[in-house]
Amino acid sequence: MARTANTPKVELRGVKKRFGPKVVLDGLDLTIEAGQSLVVIGGSGTGKSVMIKCVLGILRPDAGTILVDGKEVTRLHGRARDAVMRKFGMLFQGAALFDSMSVWENVAFGLIQGRGMRRRKAKDIAMEKLVKVGLGPEVGQLSPAELSGGMQKRVGLARAIAADPEIIFFDEPTTGLDPIMADVINNLIVDTVKGTGTTTLSITHDMVSARKIADRIAMLYKGKIIWDGPTSEIDNSGNPFVDQFIHGRAEGPIKMEVRS
Amino acid sequence: MNIFRAVGRVTLAFLREIGRLSVFTVNAVTSIVRPPIYWTLLLKQIMRIGYFSLPVVGLTAFFTGGALALQIYIGGNRYGAESFVPQIVVLGITRELGPVIAGLMVAGRVAAAIAAELGTMRVTEQIDALTTLSTNPIKYLVVPRLLAAIITMPFLVAIGDSIGVFGGYVVATQSLGFTGSIYLKNTIDFMTFHDVMSGIYKAVVFGFIIALMGCYNGFHSKGGAQGVGTATTNAVVSASILILAANYLLTNLLFSK
Repeated sequence: MARTANTPKVELRGVKKRFGPKVVLDGLDLTIEAGQSLVVIGGSGTGKSVMIKCVLGILRPDAGTILVDGKEVTRLHGRARDAVMRKFGMLFQGAALFDSMSVWENVAFGLIQGRGMRRRKAKDIAMEKLVKVGLGPEVGQLSPAELSGGMQKRVGLARAIAADPEIIFFDEPTTGLDPIMADVINNLIVDTVKGTGTTTLSITHDMVSARKIADRIAMLYKGKIIWDGPTSEIDNSGNPFVDQFIHGRAEGPIKMEVRS
Repeated sequence: MNIFRAVGRVTLAFLREIGRLSVFTVNAVTSIVRPPIYWTLLLKQIMRIGYFSLPVVGLTAFFTGGALALQIYIGGNRYGAESFVPQIVVLGITRELGPVIAGLMVAGRVAAAIAAELGTMRVTEQIDALTTLSTNPIKYLVVPRLLAAIITMPFLVAIGDSIGVFGGYVVATQSLGFTGSIYLKNTIDFMTFHDVMSGIYKAVVFGFIIALMGCYNGFHSKGGAQGVGTATTNAVVSASILILAANYLLTNLLFSK
């Protein structure tokens, strides 16, 4: 299928994934339009991370199709898969920096190893991206273990945008950060992404963050998207599950499963 | 009925594990021949797996050679055959003890280190991060370790063999009353090319087992610190058992009449 102006950037249709007897994704449908910032909200253990890992090809769904630019990607291998992977960047929850390398080598990793760029040139780009996320060039020489959690997230963000990907995933970008640092990261996400035409998919349970970075919000519950709409409508969703979640109430239709 | 269910569950888990290991092994081995090969990483692993294992392999080989000489002397003494110490030391070391001791020591040192490192990378999502940065984690992490272990183990065993024989020599000449030159002559006259090479072949297989078990267990590590601990233990235990089992099979194969 040829890519047209109306083809969604990423589309998931009926994606199912289970681990042993535990069904994590149960026929998930989700569409992300090009240039849009979609935030998927949902409680812990509702399958948010599994969804992202299925799109990235780290996990293979049991059923359903995933389309990137209108092209089915779940059965791709080798070169074809690499070509699709180049469109993605990802900021991991714990930043997932390589602790055996310096900060700038982390940021430049995808350029050097993934794309075969010369080290000198890749280092320049890495330094430029570090400045973009508010870190000075002196940070580039440090090792990731010397950085605070918030700074590690920034480096992770710099690494995710280093190769100018078309689609960026954010896995709980503000989890574990203090409110001020969380706001800094939210601003960085908005600043680095808006205006570049980049498509983003974030997963979070932080409503402050979701409201700030999302054009559209979708709620994942029991492996399905149960609500999907513009950020401005989240308060009037008329959906009791969404209402309970965004107001953080213990009482409501969502029952916390103590045992998974 | 419960007992059937339990047996069934254990059997299924076992078969699943075998399947997963087979897929991982095929994936790793086929990745060796497909480019790119990360040469700098390979050199780094050769240093870490091979060079830094020299002290532990050398020391254990030395003491094993010495103890072997003592035991052969005591045993031989009962039949008036104590003069066979050099011949049996060199036979025992090159054929069995050199490769097995080196294999077990490197398994303890290297399989554990690989499993702990890759396991930590797994639970902190660094392995997933490699994938998102267009880098195949099998090629980037597993292939250099596998190749480095296969390349360095024969050298470690050859060096361990020499030091083990030297350990026997030291004990024999210092406390058992052997003459140095005669001990050496008997050792060299008796030693065959096949004895030494059989140990080298074993070393290649053991190197493969060590790196594979370290990588496999690290790659499939679960949970946090506890999961990495379990992966490390499993790597050392499985590598050690597989080394001893493979050693028996290889001895059977290489020395069957």
